[in-house]
Amino acid sequence: MNARTQRLRQESLEAVPSISVERARITTDFYRQHQGRYSPPMMRALNFLALCEQKSLWMGEGELIVGERGPRPKAVPTYPELTCHSVEDLRILNSRPKTSYAVEPAVIDEYERTIIPFWKGRSLRDQMFEQLPPEWHDAYAAGCFTEFMEQRAPGHTVADGKIYRKGMRDFQAEIAVAVSALDFERDPEALDKREQLRAMSVACDAVVRFAERHAELAEREIARTADPTRIRELKDIAEVCRRVPAHAPGNFHEALQYYWFCHLAVITELNGWDAFSPGHLDQHLWPFYQRGLSDGTLSRESAKELLECFFVKFNNHTAPPKVGVTAAESGTYTDFANINLAGLLRDGSDGSNEVTHLLLEIIDEMHLLQPSSNMQVSRRTPDAVLKHALRVIRKGYGFPSLFNADAVVEEQLRQGKTIEDAREGGCSGCVEVGAFGKEAYILTGYFNLMKMLELALHDGFNHRTGKQIGLHTGDAAAFTTYDEVFAAFSAQVRHVLDIKIRGNQLIERLYATRMPHTFLSVITDDCITTGRDYNAGGARYNNTFIQAVGIGSITDSLSALKEVAFEKAEVPVGPFVGILDADFAGHETFRQRLVHKTHKYGNDDDAADALMTQTFRMLFEAIDGRPNGKGGAYRLEMLPTTSHVYFGEVCLASPDGRRKGQPLSEGISPVQGADRQGPTAVLKSAAKMDHIKTGGTLLNMKFTPRLLAGESGVEHLKGLVRAYFKLDGHHVQFNVVTADTLREAQQNPSAHRDLIVRVAGYSDYFCDLSEALQDEIIRRTEHGEF
Amino acid sequence: MPTGLVFNIQRFSLHDGPGIRTTVFLKGCALNCAWCHNPESQLPQPELVRLMNRCIRCGRCNEEELSDPMVRGRDETDVEQCPTGALQSVGRECDAAELAAEAARDRVFFDESGGGVTFSGGEPLLQAAFVTETMRLLRADGIHTALDTCGFARWPDLLAAAANADLILYDLKLIDDARHKATTGVSNQLILQNLASLSEIHSNIRVRIPVIPGFNDDAQNLEATAAFVASFPGLRKVDLLPYHPTGEAKFARVGKEYALHGTPSPSEARLEELAEPFRLRDLAISMGGGT
Repeated sequence: MNARTQRLRQESLEAVPSISVERARITTDFYRQHQGRYSPPMMRALNFLALCEQKSLWMGEGELIVGERGPRPKAVPTYPELTCHSVEDLRILNSRPKTSYAVEPAVIDEYERTIIPFWKGRSLRDQMFEQLPPEWHDAYAAGCFTEFMEQRAPGHTVADGKIYRKGMRDFQAEIAVAVSALDFERDPEALDKREQLRAMSVACDAVVRFAERHAELAEREIARTADPTRIRELKDIAEVCRRVPAHAPGNFHEALQYYWFCHLAVITELNGWDAFSPGHLDQHLWPFYQRGLSDGTLSRESAKELLECFFVKFNNHTAPPKVGVTAAESGTYTDFANINLAGLLRDGSDGSNEVTHLLLEIIDEMHLLQPSSNMQVSRRTPDAVLKHALRVIRKGYGFPSLFNADAVVEEQLRQGKTIEDAREGGCSGCVEVGAFGKEAYILTGYFNLMKMLELALHDGFNHRTGKQIGLHTGDAAAFTTYDEVFAAFSAQVRHVLDIKIRGNQLIERLYATRMPHTFLSVITDDCITTGRDYNAGGARYNNTFIQAVGIGSITDSLSALKEVAFEKAEVPVGPFVGILDADFAGHETFRQRLVHKTHKYGNDDDAADALMTQTFRMLFEAIDGRPNGKGGAYRLEMLPTTSHVYFGEVCLASPDGRRKGQPLSEGISPVQGADRQGPTAVLKSAAKMDHIKTGGTLLNMKFTPRLLAGESGVEHLKGLVRAYFKLDGHHVQFNVVTADTLREAQQNPSAHRDLIVRVAGYSDYFCDLSEALQDEIIRRTEHGEF
Repeated sequence: MPTGLVFNIQRFSLHDGPGIRTTVFLKGCALNCAWCHNPESQLPQPELVRLMNRCIRCGRCNEEELSDPMVRGRDETDVEQCPTGALQSVGRECDAAELAAEAARDRVFFDESGGGVTFSGGEPLLQAAFVTETMRLLRADGIHTALDTCGFARWPDLLAAAANADLILYDLKLIDDARHKATTGVSNQLILQNLASLSEIHSNIRVRIPVIPGFNDDAQNLEATAAFVASFPGLRKVDLLPYHPTGEAKFARVGKEYALHGTPSPSEARLEELAEPFRLRDLAISMGGGT
């Protein structure tokens, strides 16, 4: 970082997240004035235009990449047309101890006077909750699943390379062609399509106007600036903002600024999940980088400076906070924008280049919360590129995560995509796979596997809410074989999935008809040629994902039941369930036996792992290929974000020895402490799942810095990664833990059983070491890289 | 099919040869070193240990038993019934084919990292036929094998095992025989002679010297060791393994005194100093066991 980017970074770190009422005000005014005058797509596009014309602009001192969603960095707008914060929500956001947002009294006042009264009963969330059936509400309240789209729009998508080849005027020309090709005689949807296409053209004008306003602002700034260097920069900014996004970018600076305007446009029109992402940034920037270097308009240093300014922009964009009960829980500031590195090119060749290394240097030096980054590691990715990533990973900031690019392609081929579209795809959000720029791949919610087993063991009754949620699958005491337990578990899974999917069809329909995303549709193939919105099946591919949570906990629970209740017949199922209902009160020895002496997932133990694959197959068959409302299909993913904690809170004690309310296992990781055979065994167990049939799986592993020290540490890590990916593993992230964590592990060993440390000449589980040795390692760690 | 007694199979072992390895620890050793990392590996028969940090005092064992560092009067049934696994049996009987299959489970990691399987102990050559057959099976399956030995073995046994090992890690503790006897309980004559013979027939030997403060880290011993190693053209690679109190907690469990209590590990600077006699003789020296 140079002095400029150090300062911008520091300002971004110090900016206090706050709630801005401006977007809510402009949108509410617009809807009040124009409701009923336009079709839904035109209403959305014109509201977006109003935002682009009226919102306050920001041009920070020394910025080279310009534009903020809010009036200043980390000032977060709200989206009352989707979900309207209550006065109480805003007060909680202002006062909660973790991840708070400053809310001025004037904001609360304006909400109370004008925003809330207008949107009450009108917001999409209010409409949705009114129309969803009681069975959905009951299952939702029981913690059977979550629903992404009750809080935010179905965004969660990524740009491909087309924006670097076409400007908004080019897209508008394509739109005009599509309109002229409409068949008003025979196509009953032709008028709807024309509305959609006209709205998309308005969205193009809106973002061009937004850029022009920045050019005007830069020109006004010139008059107030004395520093000749800054005057030159402001002239450049004005020139760039007049060219992009109206036209295709001509150089490296324009390419970055163009993406950034697209990013702001997507997240200003609607607040889609996981914001928006630049996708294969190194691949997209490579031609501009090469050209700039050869014609002398760019140097490695100036490219790096522009990229650093670009990174600060992501960090300035704190996630929009949630509404309702979840506002009280600590959330996260991150909005999950995720940059893909390396991977494959359209023709299947290696996609890494010098910009890949440049980006890794920036990730290493800036270590900002946002943007997230990941490397798509293919068989073709050179070791030098992977090892550069591993050297950054072992610093312990958690970036970049690693994906198996070859598996990512295969997963998409299985879903029926073309090989080129699959290669141009990658991962976004946490681990989710999509065809960038061509797909609506919508997350619909986490699914609580443990709750399904709990229902199976209680004849479908949910103790926590006192309601019958599931099917009557019979009294658990009457189960005489493991197969009967599994059949009841499967029946509950299918039943609750049906409830979820019925609800989801309604939600997707509401977005399709009432909340088109007109700008995102412009840059997503094939919305222009089909004349349909991104939210209404206009994309080339449309997948809806359900994320199953707790595979480790469910595997170990099935394993314990199978062995203890049936094979060894130590405790029959009836009394076993009684012990769980009582949260093991008076049965601590039995609980210990369950924790320590049953077959566990994560140990390369085929007896346990076979139950994992049995559950996975059942889930896959229950979900994959079911039609969604957009002409696509439902797919299975295995990731939790933080929902394993919430799902654990709503569950009773489980047969794996987990106490009531404790978290479930995370991602496809083993239950914490259940893996006793080291990282290779964890990876082998995880790889027994057929990752290719998913839309993403998430595996986290913890290491101490010392284990990864030196060049041999990088080599060993590379061996782990290449081997896991050879076994078709989808994703792995290495958490490198600090001395503080080790101290915490010493105090609370049961939560850190899986922590592996380098001792001397060998590695061991930290919690198994003598206290003196632990102390010694903690001291050593503090003198290590940290 | 020969059978043998294994006391631990350690996966993701990074410091007993190249790459990611699985190390098989065999039970039984003729030496009795004060710094032993695995004192529970010394006896050539199964024994029981109790890991007190796992014990929840469930009532199956009484307080008197729990205050005794050694396990007495308990058997495999008690191990089976211990709810937390605090009471453990050390030493498991299996045949060479079973062991080879288990040791090969991480072969994908061996393939990707240039790793393999290392046989350590205890002293693997106390079960020479078993170890040799297991290594033969692994090698026939294309897996890299390493033998970590103290060298105190019958020559024909060492010869047969070495023929099936891609790498030999040969421990050398003290050159002075009297001191060797006093420290390990056995003479080093066989060890030195075996190393000399081995250097003529095996092309990939690493000499490993544990650096134990107060036992063998004096200039005289290291000078003599360097001179001895350098006198054989077949020996060019030396590892210095710094002392670490890994075994301390385990000594009490098997009813032994730990003579090195409170001894610090040698610093990197100290190791560099000790490496000098080896460097002067153009031996390739490295610290720690990783390669």
